[in-house]
Amino acid sequence: MKTQITVNGKPRAADLEDRTLLVDYLRDSLHLTGTHVGCDTSSCGACTVHLDGVAVKACTILAVQADGCQVTTIEGLAKGDGMHPLQDGFKECHGLQCGFCTPGMIMAAADLLTRNPHPTEAEIRTALEGNICRCTGYHNIVKSIQWAAEQASAPLLADSHLWTNDTVTREIVETA
Amino acid sequence: MITYPFHYKKAGSVAEAVALLAEGGKALSGGHSLIPTMKLRLNAPDTLVDIGRIPELKTITVEGDELVIGAGATHGQIAASEVVKQHQPMFAEGASHIGDPAVRNRGTIGGSLAHADPSADWPAMVLAADATVVVEGTSGSRSVKATDFFTGLFSTAMHDGEIITQIRVPVNAGGKASYQKFAQPASRYAIVGCAVVKSADGRVNVAFSGVSEAPFRDTAAEQLINSGQVVSTAASGMSILSDHYASEEYRRHLATVYLKRALAAVA
Amino acid sequence: MSNRYIGQSVKRREDKRFITGKGRYTDDIVLPGMVHAYFVRSPYAHARVTSIDTTEAKAAPGVVAIFTGDDVAALNGVPCGWQVNFRNGETMREPKHPMLIATGDTAKHVGDPVAVIIAETKALATDAAELVVIEWEELSAVANPAKALATDAPKVHDQYPDNRAFDWTFGNPIEEVDAAMATAAHITELEFVNQRVVPNAMEPRSYIGQYDDVADKYTLYTSTQNPHLIRLLMCAFVLGIPEHKVRVVGPDVGGGFGSKIYHYTEEALVTWAAKEINQPIKWTSDRSEAFLMDAHGRDHVTKAEMGFDAEGNIVGLRIKTVANLGAYLSTFAPAVPTYLHGTLLQGLYTTPKINIDMTCVFTHTVAVDAYRGAGRPEATYLLERLMDLAALEMGKDPAQLRFQNFIPPFDGVTQPGYQTQVALQYDSGNYAPVLERGLEMLGYADFRQAQAEAAQTGKLLGVGFSTYVEACGIAPSAVVGSLGARAGLYESAQVRVQPTGKVSVFTGSHSHGQGHETTFVQVVADKLGIPMEDIELIHGDSDTVAFGMGTYGSRSLAVGGSAIVKSIDKILEKGAKIAAHRLECAESDLTYADGKWTVNGTDKSIGFGDVALTAYVPHIYPAGLEPGLDFSSFYDPANFTYPFGCHIAVVEVDKETGKTTLKRMIAVDDVGNIINPMIVEGQIHGGLAQGIGQALLEGTIYDENGQLTNGSYMDYCMPRADDFPMFETDNQVTPCPHNPLGVKGAGEAGAIGSTPSVVNAVIDALWHGGHQVKDILMPLTPERVWRAMQH
Repeated sequence: MKTQITVNGKPRAADLEDRTLLVDYLRDSLHLTGTHVGCDTSSCGACTVHLDGVAVKACTILAVQADGCQVTTIEGLAKGDGMHPLQDGFKECHGLQCGFCTPGMIMAAADLLTRNPHPTEAEIRTALEGNICRCTGYHNIVKSIQWAAEQASAPLLADSHLWTNDTVTREIVETA
Repeated sequence: MITYPFHYKKAGSVAEAVALLAEGGKALSGGHSLIPTMKLRLNAPDTLVDIGRIPELKTITVEGDELVIGAGATHGQIAASEVVKQHQPMFAEGASHIGDPAVRNRGTIGGSLAHADPSADWPAMVLAADATVVVEGTSGSRSVKATDFFTGLFSTAMHDGEIITQIRVPVNAGGKASYQKFAQPASRYAIVGCAVVKSADGRVNVAFSGVSEAPFRDTAAEQLINSGQVVSTAASGMSILSDHYASEEYRRHLATVYLKRALAAVA
Repeated sequence: MSNRYIGQSVKRREDKRFITGKGRYTDDIVLPGMVHAYFVRSPYAHARVTSIDTTEAKAAPGVVAIFTGDDVAALNGVPCGWQVNFRNGETMREPKHPMLIATGDTAKHVGDPVAVIIAETKALATDAAELVVIEWEELSAVANPAKALATDAPKVHDQYPDNRAFDWTFGNPIEEVDAAMATAAHITELEFVNQRVVPNAMEPRSYIGQYDDVADKYTLYTSTQNPHLIRLLMCAFVLGIPEHKVRVVGPDVGGGFGSKIYHYTEEALVTWAAKEINQPIKWTSDRSEAFLMDAHGRDHVTKAEMGFDAEGNIVGLRIKTVANLGAYLSTFAPAVPTYLHGTLLQGLYTTPKINIDMTCVFTHTVAVDAYRGAGRPEATYLLERLMDLAALEMGKDPAQLRFQNFIPPFDGVTQPGYQTQVALQYDSGNYAPVLERGLEMLGYADFRQAQAEAAQTGKLLGVGFSTYVEACGIAPSAVVGSLGARAGLYESAQVRVQPTGKVSVFTGSHSHGQGHETTFVQVVADKLGIPMEDIELIHGDSDTVAFGMGTYGSRSLAVGGSAIVKSIDKILEKGAKIAAHRLECAESDLTYADGKWTVNGTDKSIGFGDVALTAYVPHIYPAGLEPGLDFSSFYDPANFTYPFGCHIAVVEVDKETGKTTLKRMIAVDDVGNIINPMIVEGQIHGGLAQGIGQALLEGTIYDENGQLTNGSYMDYCMPRADDFPMFETDNQVTPCPHNPLGVKGAGEAGAIGSTPSVVNAVIDALWHGGHQVKDILMPLTPERVWRAMQH
């Protein structure tokens, strides 16, 4: 099927086999290899990206389901040449070791901070329920997210330049 | 992990979805029950009809004394919905414990109910709330009481080609409700999910997920509670699931404990 | 030498690429013309292949080639890296681990590969795999190591009908231990299982084999912990191709934890097949496959007895263990239960008599190999469970029981190392203060009061202790060689000073999360007195780095870092000659500090960069001295290093459900000198999580047919963020006396100490609730704890 998906702000046209998963489209066709695959069961969150502004697991979405939508990956999280505060936070607080889960963690954390700009430790831990890290014991990931939340004077809009939906009610609306 | 090949068709409306499904295939809503099984090649539909972007399935409204949740509403949407919080807060609270945030952003209430995983969270809640599941097929729309909807392990009263369009939940004015879950630590599905809905007059409905092959209303417990007695054993008379996280004996014990906790929460 | 960087929490240099999605893991690499492999695997734990028909699969769309066991019969099996013989001298049994199971042969665990499909895409390879028709004769299987010893147990290898790989005994003669135990006033006895766990590095294994028919050279990209070792094993043992004709690259690797030490059959096969079809081939594991194929860890069944005199002094320790090695011998399999386990049974106690009796068995399960700690967690679990249980049984305080049995302090410099009853000589140790510090952080007196008060309100609180010593920095080659290692365990390093004074450091260690690109550079920057920005670290490519033994056993800094220091010493020695010549003085008149050589007592000096330039533009140059400033070194350590520490867990147990909540986790570790506290703390955190995971959440479950029934993240419980509190960590520093950095190693400590502390805490909670249970099978699932409370 022919698709038109806006990825990191750029419209991308493709003609894909219907069974192509979004994560495989991003990795294999667009070479956006920051989005990883760590499991087969939608459990580990290494493939977390934003679809129309909310975190989703790209291993459990067909690329054709994203037709007409906006996708943001770790490569497109920061505006311009800078870093997103969460990226800085993960570096500042040693929130990563092998780095494999990191893009998904950051994308999940960005989703959290969008909904809840100043989460408690418990809220952060709960929000990471769908993201598995084997290296850090999560301690420094929690601190990284707290660091990023503290840096932001205004609510952290992860990728507001791409958003089209209501982030409070989470109403999913068709994007043009 | 890659699925078998299939044809993808996108439905723009319920009518179109019903028409497309009449030609065969399986409905795809959020896909969070279906796609994982397809990737593991345990499920091989030749056609998927995407009902995930039908606007009329996404609305959450109140009609009279019913909260009407579109089948395509995501768990996250329901958890965040002020309408739900106001009219059936258990649904919002319960939804916030389904899966994880990313799963909640995609998975839908209709998809979950149609899949009828015995350990899913929604079934206990819709059962205890005395909700009605509205389904639509080529022969039109029909309403199925939640108590008639779940017919067994991964099976429902839906006919081939039907999709769920709405979940109609009676507004429990002046009442209280609670969903208490003991989660399987890996999948976070319910080993025991107990929903208790207490009406303004103090009568309770009790339903369980995770405990038996199909979610069920624990009518024996309801009778005892509603006649002022103490429930010593929940899920009495039911056949109880057993797996490596919870044996039959332990699961039954947990059901009793979680019933007690849910009752305490609505006290 | 002033330290500008050493001891500082320098932020990691490698982070930028990972946080921006620019990491390059093997599966991220795309080569021109690359095709994809999919393995057809045994669905049975034990079954004979009676026929394979690939006709239909070969004709499927996109299929490039299919190879079966018959096609690779000429290839050798995967070698084992260690040989431990039977106690009677009989040679260790070492059955062939074939590349693919050929017709007529038997698959020996679920997942054993039978054929490899190579197709244009992974999807097409997967589709074609379903068209391979295999007839199986299913045979009975055994997964449990204790059951594998039964006389009527299914045989894993027909030629070894008793399923034994070898047996082994170590320590004092059993008669001496029996005699010591006979004097005991109290014997604490514990039968337990240290269950099999799955390492679960988040990056699934991935390989790309490539062949250049012009240069006749192979390249293997592999998610490994030890690229050079893979090259050596693959060339010399499996494929029989010249080592200089193979380049092995370990790019960014997403965690290892021991599971990426092993040379896996898929690595050799994609390399071999790349030449057969003259196209690059990629294979990436699915997670489901990883559960079946990646080497697992632990899997001991143990009976342990510890004897005490009337005052509570340990008089003896007697152990009988059966260890499961799986169907084939992995790289470290024979060493893990023996020389990495039996040798640690002294713990940090003065136990005078120790004996272990070990039987290592084959079962119809995937191979067991090193998993974070490898043998040392099992030893620590055994000792520390016994200590807390003994304290409960004897009505003594578990902390006091430890204090009275600790080996007194020794620094290894002014006092000799401590000679254990189990061969090792500890380098330096000072054990009591880590426990004292742990108790202080816990607020021990207050805790016991809170525990008693909680009991009044129906809450079960418990505290568990664990004090451990481990052996890292593996290790002196001559020593490990005498113990059966088939490789040396030194490390290599090259420090190349460029003409402009910038420095490239090549290490044989491999970083897959440990932060070498930062820590190693901190060391080099301080030793040379130049900014970190002037230094780069290169690792993981056998064509670039001369040689390497890789990263495991908490050895990178202690061994690899020491090799770098040796090269730096050579750089500075030669640099001093050049500097002296330039400054027209004697070398002995020079002092090197802050990146320059200064003539003592003057302000005359020459900078590091000037000396480097002189070395490459040797116009004014000492006679007879070679140009250039580039040195390689190999460092073979004098001893293992012996980190130690104290881990304390506080738990609350839900009386009604048995669910355990970890309330506090305290870790006071002494890992020797610390180069980067932030990174060390991170290593401790990660280890704690894995150790706690084993205690409460993780463990394989095999059914009676040898099927792994929880081989996915929906069933195998990986620890999640909400399973943990914030960890409370502190450290003490007792330098290693025998390596130039004084470092001991921090990678495994967290996983070694934490597991018994958590289990002990649950047992403590239950005893204080009136349930005098000795053991609960790990992981301590709510049901198991609930059942323990029903008595």
